[in-house]
Amino acid sequence: MRVHVDPSKCQGHNRCYALAPELFDVDDLGNAFELNDGVVPAGLEDKARLALANCPEFAISIEE
Amino acid sequence: MSETVYGPVTDWATDFDHGSPDYAANQHKIWEDLKSSGCPIAHTDRYGGTWLPLTHEMVHEIAYDTDHFSSEGPVVGQLKPSEVPDRIGAPIGPVPPISSDPPFHAEARRLLLPAFAPKMIDPWREEVVSICNELIDNMGTADHIDAALQYSQHIPVMVIARMLGLPVEDGDKFRGWVNLVLSGIGEERTEARMAQFEEFNAYLAFHVNDHIENPRDDLISFLLKAEIFGEKLSLEHTVGTVILLLIAGIDTTWSGIGSSLWHLAGNSVDRRRLVENPDMIPAAVEEFLRAYAPVTMARVVKEDMEFHGVEMKKEDWVLLPFPAANRDDNQFADAHIVQIDREANRHAAFGLGIHRCLGSNLARLEMNVAIEVFLKRFPDFSLDSSEVVMWSTGQVRGPRALPFVINARA
Repeated sequence: MRVHVDPSKCQGHNRCYALAPELFDVDDLGNAFELNDGVVPAGLEDKARLALANCPEFAISIEE
Repeated sequence: MSETVYGPVTDWATDFDHGSPDYAANQHKIWEDLKSSGCPIAHTDRYGGTWLPLTHEMVHEIAYDTDHFSSEGPVVGQLKPSEVPDRIGAPIGPVPPISSDPPFHAEARRLLLPAFAPKMIDPWREEVVSICNELIDNMGTADHIDAALQYSQHIPVMVIARMLGLPVEDGDKFRGWVNLVLSGIGEERTEARMAQFEEFNAYLAFHVNDHIENPRDDLISFLLKAEIFGEKLSLEHTVGTVILLLIAGIDTTWSGIGSSLWHLAGNSVDRRRLVENPDMIPAAVEEFLRAYAPVTMARVVKEDMEFHGVEMKKEDWVLLPFPAANRDDNQFADAHIVQIDREANRHAAFGLGIHRCLGSNLARLEMNVAIEVFLKRFPDFSLDSSEVVMWSTGQVRGPRALPFVINARA
């Protein structure tokens, strides 16, 4: 599984970083990006889905 | 000049008044009734013509459409932006960047983003914890308290005053000006009201000048040094941003904390779950933000246009009721039910699009800590049925009087 934050949609709500800091980080402006090229380590798939379901801007996508 | 309408509401679909106490008290039912009667966007001639879209889809669409909707008037008033004397017009607006439009907006916002990014805000946690504990210590052993007056209203003021570099002990003044700007929107422009605005401006001018003469490590000094497009910010821009940070950071979070505590006072099952499982508080805070989102923003129509079958006129106000979008069943399962362990929760309490609340990380920190500390110190409390809960009116909604009975303390 891979996650991706679309930087043109992210507005820095910080939901993904709060819910899944293993998968996302934020830059100095507070905008999010995926860690580890978006590769989701085994066992963290639910956290990836949770982040997606909590992004107000629909900026996160998942490739299964 | 546009005609202004005062007096009681005759019909919520064609004559609503979002500044009335009725709207503040019954807004959830008003939205439900409007939507079920086939009216997803209400209109009023009040404030010179105002629209109220109610679906998540419409609110999302308007928030993203900066080509047709300007932010130069984020709070609906009796005067349209073009009617306000000496106003700073689009794309800057009087209180940048919330009142700014692209492309100016992005630059004005980028200046401020780092100070409010998660890694700059997280270190404030201990400070907020001690503010909250101190407020509870000050309540002594009283069994009857007012959680709005003695608790929620103080927390955001103390933090933002410190960040800006304004005297923390001026909290009462700040709250007075917040009420002036945000709660009195339906009032006429009386001399007394205008005098209060002048007093506010004089206070800001004094403190900005003091920062010019005595620079220090705070946000006002930062703004005075900051540059945009290679030049220092204008004094109007600096003062406007200070007004924004002060006003926007106070009654919004105060409302969010108050509404959350109001819910917990009336729902003992939820309260017990959070007392027993404090690690559930962050998810619960998100649900309180969804269900009781405090903030409705406004836009101004740039040119005559059609929107979902209605004819909008140039300079009409358009409200962005994020609280109504958060209760749209097409976006949230059982939207009318408060579920403190709701998992999928892409609520819009902090707005959508380029104007996402700059202070959202600080607001979330304050709400989480305020609820955590309150529940720890008062594991059992309920509404005091002999007193009245009073809700604010206008575009920021939350309890301004919140009488509780404390049933247990730790």
